[in-house]
Amino acid sequence: MPEETSVIEIADLRFAWKKEAQTVLKIASLQVNRGERVFLRGPSGSGKSTLLNLLAGVATPQSGMLKVLGQELNALGSAQRDHFRAHHIGFIFQMFNLIPYLSVVENVILPCQFSSKRKHKALAQVDSLEQEAIRLLDHLDMAHSDVLHKPVNELSVGQQQRIAAARALIGAPELVIADEPTSSLDADRCTAFIDLLFRECDNANATLIFVSHDNSLVAPFERTIEFHELNSAVSDNLPMLHAVS
Amino acid sequence: MAILGLAIKSFRNRKFTTGLTVLSIALSVILLLGIEKIRQGAEASFTSTISGTDLIVGARSSPVQLLLYSVFHIGNPTNNISRHSYEEINDHPQVEWAIPLSLGDSHKGYRVVGTTAKFYQHYRFARGQQLQLEQGQWFSSGYEAAIGAEVAAALGYNPGDQIIIAHGSGDESFITHKDKPFRIAGILKRTGTPVDRAVYVGLKSIDAIHQDFGGDAHGHDPLMAHHDHVGESGQGSLSAILLGLKSRGAALSMQRSINEDGHEPLTAIMPGVVLLEVWQMMGVVKQILMVVSGFVVVVGLFSMLIILMTSLNERRREMAILRSVGARPVHVFVLIMGESVFLTLLAIGLGFSMVYGLMVLLQPWLESAFGLYVPINWPNTTELILLMIIALCGFVVGLIPSIRIYRYSLADGMTIKV
Repeated sequence: MPEETSVIEIADLRFAWKKEAQTVLKIASLQVNRGERVFLRGPSGSGKSTLLNLLAGVATPQSGMLKVLGQELNALGSAQRDHFRAHHIGFIFQMFNLIPYLSVVENVILPCQFSSKRKHKALAQVDSLEQEAIRLLDHLDMAHSDVLHKPVNELSVGQQQRIAAARALIGAPELVIADEPTSSLDADRCTAFIDLLFRECDNANATLIFVSHDNSLVAPFERTIEFHELNSAVSDNLPMLHAVS
Repeated sequence: MAILGLAIKSFRNRKFTTGLTVLSIALSVILLLGIEKIRQGAEASFTSTISGTDLIVGARSSPVQLLLYSVFHIGNPTNNISRHSYEEINDHPQVEWAIPLSLGDSHKGYRVVGTTAKFYQHYRFARGQQLQLEQGQWFSSGYEAAIGAEVAAALGYNPGDQIIIAHGSGDESFITHKDKPFRIAGILKRTGTPVDRAVYVGLKSIDAIHQDFGGDAHGHDPLMAHHDHVGESGQGSLSAILLGLKSRGAALSMQRSINEDGHEPLTAIMPGVVLLEVWQMMGVVKQILMVVSGFVVVVGLFSMLIILMTSLNERRREMAILRSVGARPVHVFVLIMGESVFLTLLAIGLGFSMVYGLMVLLQPWLESAFGLYVPINWPNTTELILLMIIALCGFVVGLIPSIRIYRYSLADGMTIKV
């Protein structure tokens, strides 16, 4: 991966779920630079999830340019895009981030099972993935034995989100995307969680895209993107897809 | 492989429901294999109801009829063998032993077989097993009887008890030999063959009761035909003869020479051949059993399908998470498919080992109670094919939810649908 200053580069991007269907996403231009912390603000149904699916390489745009870390995603096959995501992007979802039948530590090291790159990075300073997972969890104040050995669905939502953060950060992916990660947390915990996320992204030298509709969280971010300004397709569309996020 | 580890962990997480599925498939495997094993055992015991006897000789009749009345005590001989023919056959240089059998009397519905000590010595059943006495001894002389295990158990007889023999084979007979009761000398060990349901008495005493009796009852009793020759050289005619030959290879030529005997129309059969013929006539029963157990397998597999399908919706969330960390749609497919393959194989393994476990446990009981010897040996081709069919069906059933979740994961991407 060549050293690129821009982590995300979008030009004239257009996306519809089916060829004949209405365009749900139309972005003339977007650039996010390395190390930036971006607050992407927009209401539900505005096409945010679609953009995230495009960035993740799960969906592909009908037209336009979409580069992540200098890589044109359209030029990759679906398998390569899946690998690309595994290697370079960490995700935190709104809720239900964890696999119920895995332990806390197993949940954290899950990305290393799918990406040898992240596995190697995670093992750069420690001997085992478990150690790295516990190191990250410790940073997030989650390395207590009562947390580590509990079934994940018995943990509080705040604890689950912090474990999800540790999973997004393990193996130092270049890009961390958090999709409404704080919407199920109360205000105090929100701020604490964002602080943790910032600190860990700094440590991992990762770029952060934080998606939310909550204006009260904007303050610490150095850059805010209004999604309805970004997506010119949204004005003539009903919010019908992906209403959940 | 990461996905396989995930499949096993997810399986462990839902041990109870998946355990039940495994159990239901395992039970169907037990049923299917068990029926097949018992069928093999039944075929083996049936076709060896009588063993060691090379030929059975009777008056000219169909081979199946001769087998049925001489071995199974079903039906009646249409005609008898003269004492003369018996002597001739007995003296034949190829004949090692000849057991005379005289049928025609009964005791409370159980057949009375007139024979000699040779029966006890030479009669073999199952895998060459010899008759053994549970209590007492084989009849010696006079009015003595040895009875089969089932007769003794059903009628509660003990050695020393007196029994009265009735003329004819029906349950109720008007003509009984009340004046000549027989003393039970011994009770035979259970064989699981028709021997258990018969009363054995000396040929001479059978002759004697009919001789004494003949004077009064002659003319009133159509069944007396069996004993027409009573009085001739002191011994009556016979219903059948069991033959043991000096060499088994001579059976075919001996059979031909008896069948073509000019003096008396006789039929000789090789019991093994005719037993197999009769068994094949009962093949439809086996087929019905197989169809029923096939349905049980289908039900077991359906329960697996239902469990996999109902868990699918809640697992869509899990699939989105896996996708986000880099899992490919094909991984998601393998995860569900792996689970159904694992469940099916586990169930087959469990059912298989339970069948063998049950066989080890039940083998002695099956043999003593039903005379059914179920050999414990490696699965034969039929059983392996059955197991493979179950495995294949399990995989096909697993494909349904796997394809479905594969489609979901393509459509959902990383969007978590709740």
